[in-house]
Amino acid sequence: MNNTLSPPAASPPRRTIEIVNRSLKRRYRAERRFRFYGLLAIMLSVLFLALLFASIVGKGYSAFWQTSIRLAIFFDPEVIKKDTLVNADYAALVRESLFKRFPQVEERQDKRQLTSMLSSGSVYRLRDMVLQDPDLVGKTAEVWLPADDDMDMLIKGHFRRDLPESERRVSDKQIAWIERLEAEGRLERRFNTMFLTAGDSREPELAGIWGAVSGSFFTLVITLVLSFPIGVAAAVYLEEFAKKNRWTDLIEVNINNLAAVPSIVFGLLGLAVFLNFFGLPRSAPLVGGLVLTLMTLPTIIIASRSALTAVPPSIREAALGVGASKMQMVVHHVLPLALPGMLTGTIIGMARALGESAPLLMIGMVAFIVDIPKGFTDSATVLPVQIYLWADSPERAFVERTSAAIMVLLAFLVVMNAGAIILRKKFERRW
Amino acid sequence: MLTLTRMDETALAHTMVETDSKPRSGDDPGKRRVSREIRETVGRVTVDDPRMVCRNVNVYYGDKQAIKNVSVDIGRNEVLAMIGPSGCGKSTFIRCLNRMNDTIDGCRVTGEIILDGTNIYDKSVDVVPLRAQVGMVFQKPNPFPKSIYENVAYGPRIHGLARNKAELDECVETSLRKAGLWEEVKDRLDHPGTGLSGGQQQRLCIARTIAVNPEVILMDEPCSALDPIATSVIEDLIDELRIQYSICIVTHSMQQAARVSQRTAYFHLGDLIEVGPTGRIFTNPSHQLTQDYITGRFG
Repeated sequence: MNNTLSPPAASPPRRTIEIVNRSLKRRYRAERRFRFYGLLAIMLSVLFLALLFASIVGKGYSAFWQTSIRLAIFFDPEVIKKDTLVNADYAALVRESLFKRFPQVEERQDKRQLTSMLSSGSVYRLRDMVLQDPDLVGKTAEVWLPADDDMDMLIKGHFRRDLPESERRVSDKQIAWIERLEAEGRLERRFNTMFLTAGDSREPELAGIWGAVSGSFFTLVITLVLSFPIGVAAAVYLEEFAKKNRWTDLIEVNINNLAAVPSIVFGLLGLAVFLNFFGLPRSAPLVGGLVLTLMTLPTIIIASRSALTAVPPSIREAALGVGASKMQMVVHHVLPLALPGMLTGTIIGMARALGESAPLLMIGMVAFIVDIPKGFTDSATVLPVQIYLWADSPERAFVERTSAAIMVLLAFLVVMNAGAIILRKKFERRW
Repeated sequence: MLTLTRMDETALAHTMVETDSKPRSGDDPGKRRVSREIRETVGRVTVDDPRMVCRNVNVYYGDKQAIKNVSVDIGRNEVLAMIGPSGCGKSTFIRCLNRMNDTIDGCRVTGEIILDGTNIYDKSVDVVPLRAQVGMVFQKPNPFPKSIYENVAYGPRIHGLARNKAELDECVETSLRKAGLWEEVKDRLDHPGTGLSGGQQQRLCIARTIAVNPEVILMDEPCSALDPIATSVIEDLIDELRIQYSICIVTHSMQQAARVSQRTAYFHLGDLIEVGPTGRIFTNPSHQLTQDYITGRFG
């Protein structure tokens, strides 16, 4: 056959090695291109993550510092009587002190402007001082009092001083007073402990994140305590004990579908079942935890089941072969091996639960709650809802607080996940 | 000595049965064999002193029948080897003997497997004590991902065989000694069992099985994943264990069957084709299929 074909000038290579060598360059090019795409994808995601963090931290870090004004307060025994320590007119003390410092201010309008430079929360600061140390009455003390949020924004440079007065929230006179106080060293940006210890407030300088942190904590405790054991038990039963038949197939399909249900639907369910039917308290972490449990369960069950299937069948046979009962097989051998995978699923589920706000809106955890929740049935809100509420508030000072709250949320997430990862590492067997 | 005598008697009984009551094999069993089409078991399936008695065992996976009407006895202190081409059902059969097939969905067993006078497939029989009585060693060494000590101690612990730590220690030591592993691991009992070599792992699995002190040991191709040296160690071990236990071993290696067993059963596509003393099966099989297999014509 070969003889009939005249060999062309550029005859195609016949040996495999020649054919391979020909395509080699193209193959390597494709490989490099593929690697480059992967690298590009990672760099893009890192870039966006960095942008996100930079923007949040850049906006939020200033919320951890709060402008305070130092005033010499005379704890007037005329104002603070022995029997009225709690509800004495502490505002009068602040006013007196301010007027003494700025004696030239005489008009009512100006006096009001002057007093509004200090936060309305100053009153409580003074009251707490007196309650703690009643001997203060009759003495004069230098006290750092929080400035009003408008002054705070001015100091932090968020308000432009070159705008005409009518378009500013701070008047020319107030700017002059502030500058005088600053010159006298009576103005300082101090660490904002209020932000980390207080509950929510309408006044930005008094608003804190601790209420939402506690609410999130209580809610997630309920979620974890319920969803982990229930999810693992369901997965173990379905995977190890249940006979494979139409019913288990149906259940499996439904679990997979539930994992994809929009979270607000779970909120509606919680509203209908837990609040309206069982009559549980509104806005409570208990109900929030129950709703989030329903939402997290499918995730945990699916992850746990795949962790269980990943345990080699030889281990099961070994256990059964020496006469372990099915329960002993599962508890002694299968569960310890599947636990790391189950914990991974739990981390994912809990992280989702922590960031969830939609279902909690439906059960009233969106309410404005000043008190810090002390238990599972106290009214509370959670971090993402708090962020949403602050983002919705008109005051300029809430902008930085929103970002700061996001930072707190991320820190909460990191702490929670770190805990779970440490646990997982502990259970992971490397042999 | 007692054992040997009994085995000789069994072998004698076989020869008698074969010469007397084998009309199918014709006048001269050495030359004319049972033809390939006939699937009834050839040879004497019973022994005089059986430990387990299997009668008319059928196994179905869903609609598919994997074992067809198999009857065979497992004698005391003997090693019964099961040979046959892949997929012939020998592993399925051995797994019936301690009900390991229960874990497989859609697996159904009919017929009788009698141990101590009761059918182990009776509704009243609990598999947990059954598996303590009939232990199993698997094809792939499958130590638990725990320490060597824990591997061996697990069985006695769950069955409550040791009253205290000292007894448990002793049980672990004897089991490891019997499995011929003690000298190699006595200084590292707390090391992971999975860190041992393949042969050591398999001996660890044997130690784990005998720690429960079973009466029958089932071995499903215990040497298929091992090198020849580890294999010969385990074969020696099987020979020693025979003194105390009844052993049923599935193997792909005919040499191994010839070396360790007293009786051999040949399976073909779910049928038990032939049972007999190992020596005779390998030198002078009565069935044409057995002859084909051991001469390497297939399988």
